[in-house]
Amino acid sequence: MSAVEHHFGPYGGQFVPETLMPALAELEQEWLAAREDPGYLDELRLLLRDFAGRPTPLYRARKLSERLGRPVYLKREDLNHTGSHKLNNALGQALLATRMGKDRIIAETGAGQHGVATATACALLGLRCVVYMGQEDTRRQRPNVQRMELLGAEVRPVSAGAMTLKEATSAAIRDWVTNVQDTHYVIGSVVGPAPYPALVRDLQRVIGDEARQQIIEREGRLPSRVIACVGGGSNAMGIFTAFLADEQVELVGVEAGGEGIDTPRHGAPLTVGGRPGVLHGARSAVMQDEEGQIVEAHSISAGLDYPGTGPQHAFLRDTGRARYVAVTDEQALVAFKELTRMEGIIPALETAHAIAWTLAQQDGEVDLICLSGRGDKDLAEVLARG
Amino acid sequence: MAEAAVRERRDGAQRLAAAFARPGRRAALMPYLMGGFPSMEESARIALACADAGADVIELGVPYSDPLADGPVIHDAGTRALAAGASLSGVLEVARIASQRLPVVLMCYANMVFAPGAEAFVERLARAGASGLIVPDLPLEESAPVREACERHGLALVPLVAPTSSPERMRAIGALASGFLYTVSVVGTTGERAALSERFGEIVSAAKRSTSVPVAIGFGIATPEQALQAAQAGADGVIVGTRLVRAAAEAQDPAQAVGALVAELAAALSV
Repeated sequence: MSAVEHHFGPYGGQFVPETLMPALAELEQEWLAAREDPGYLDELRLLLRDFAGRPTPLYRARKLSERLGRPVYLKREDLNHTGSHKLNNALGQALLATRMGKDRIIAETGAGQHGVATATACALLGLRCVVYMGQEDTRRQRPNVQRMELLGAEVRPVSAGAMTLKEATSAAIRDWVTNVQDTHYVIGSVVGPAPYPALVRDLQRVIGDEARQQIIEREGRLPSRVIACVGGGSNAMGIFTAFLADEQVELVGVEAGGEGIDTPRHGAPLTVGGRPGVLHGARSAVMQDEEGQIVEAHSISAGLDYPGTGPQHAFLRDTGRARYVAVTDEQALVAFKELTRMEGIIPALETAHAIAWTLAQQDGEVDLICLSGRGDKDLAEVLARG
Repeated sequence: MAEAAVRERRDGAQRLAAAFARPGRRAALMPYLMGGFPSMEESARIALACADAGADVIELGVPYSDPLADGPVIHDAGTRALAAGASLSGVLEVARIASQRLPVVLMCYANMVFAPGAEAFVERLARAGASGLIVPDLPLEESAPVREACERHGLALVPLVAPTSSPERMRAIGALASGFLYTVSVVGTTGERAALSERFGEIVSAAKRSTSVPVAIGFGIATPEQALQAAQAGADGVIVGTRLVRAAAEAQDPAQAVGALVAELAAALSV
């Protein structure tokens, strides 16, 4: 098997303080060994089945399909334990941490879904857990803060900058620089320095592997289009990966359009384009100013409120294998309510972006949407907006 | 004479080597200051006060939105500098002023180096009179384009080694070091510590074994006693950052306050 990818075309790499370089090498070695080790793979497979509840169902959305005049399938990651796809990665990495003899786990979180998943994996495996979360996000995702604390994690609010995911990630990296000898950083998306983008993708590809088999069983064919929301982009990479070689399948990543991509208040670096940049250890599509200062993103959805994205997404965009579009806060809110009423499924605000884009498409044959998470955490935010 | 000075200034590594060789010092004194903090004018005054107080090299930080290697004091200073309108051109003006007096090494995060392209960025630094460049999030594996640009423009690209670096890594990094080898004394971000790490002497020795350029030690050195200990452990240069940035943040007269601290450090390092 090939080594872990460090670069995706011109993207990726390892732009971190020297202090962390040996830990990244150690993590890569551990992953190379673990992914060939039947003991590790069996333990992860059993936990995904019996603890997380995988495989998650593939649901043919009745009214959505009727309204759009084509089959629309939802890959139900909202039914994964803890309510999102995030647990797939958190379990895999927490198991890696125990193999490395590290008993302290740190994580960043935006919407709180990755924080809850990591806190859950740590409770399961008996690991200490510290989660960094922007102060603004602790406000708008309050239920997830309470869940993490109940699970035994310490939630550290981060008050720098816009007090959202970017600053939470920076704070987690600084913690790692300081405590790298006993601490593993469970990064929550396909971002960060190598080997993280490849590692997180490989732990999330179970979404696409299951969905591909399920849709062939149901429809006797591949979907014509796979749609997923993209912040850092882990649910999207997770579902896209299984279809990368199926060239007839269109891959669509939906970013946060915020108040509009013609304004500065969005979280859509892939859609908007521009000069690549380095953020949180990797070169990728990044929102930045002329001098290279990273600019703040904006999205109604805390999980997409991030000025960077995974390096493999930038590469898939450049090569034309996937395309990236943006959906505004308002459109996502409408889709959030529509899916809830039509299908009896309350999606996460992040996921609602993928729903919104699909709802707006008149054409298409068979759509497969990654329903990346459930929206209970978003009720206060949505209801406050009327 | 003037021509010689110009030629010397054009070769950053040589100018730095001369600063490390200054007689009467146990180790070169290398204050760090944040460009544009508390204001552009005041940071230029601080740089000159450091030169007056006996500094050998100035390490000039470029404020950045996401400084991953910095602790809260320097992070906050950078954030405030940016809020006050600091820009790269402003910081380079401080470098130009300070470099009339002593060699200046810029500390700048990777995204700002790559934003205009490494070549164009380094060219601007060279024109401002800088002698070297430190990029705290640019490990060996990613450094080639920046190092090549620095070589073309006569700047020293100063790499970092850490207590976590293996002897093999230290040698690989030390072999390509130019100007000096920045040795991080602690596992952690920048900031003051009550005491030097127990492994301090070991880290200095390992760094010195891995390179032929001077070894400067930083992160966690704040007091004259710690600076002296670092020199006694064999460091060729001592970098003091957070303590001085904190003084710049707290004092009524930042330049005077930083200058006074640098004078104390200089006294401790005098033979």
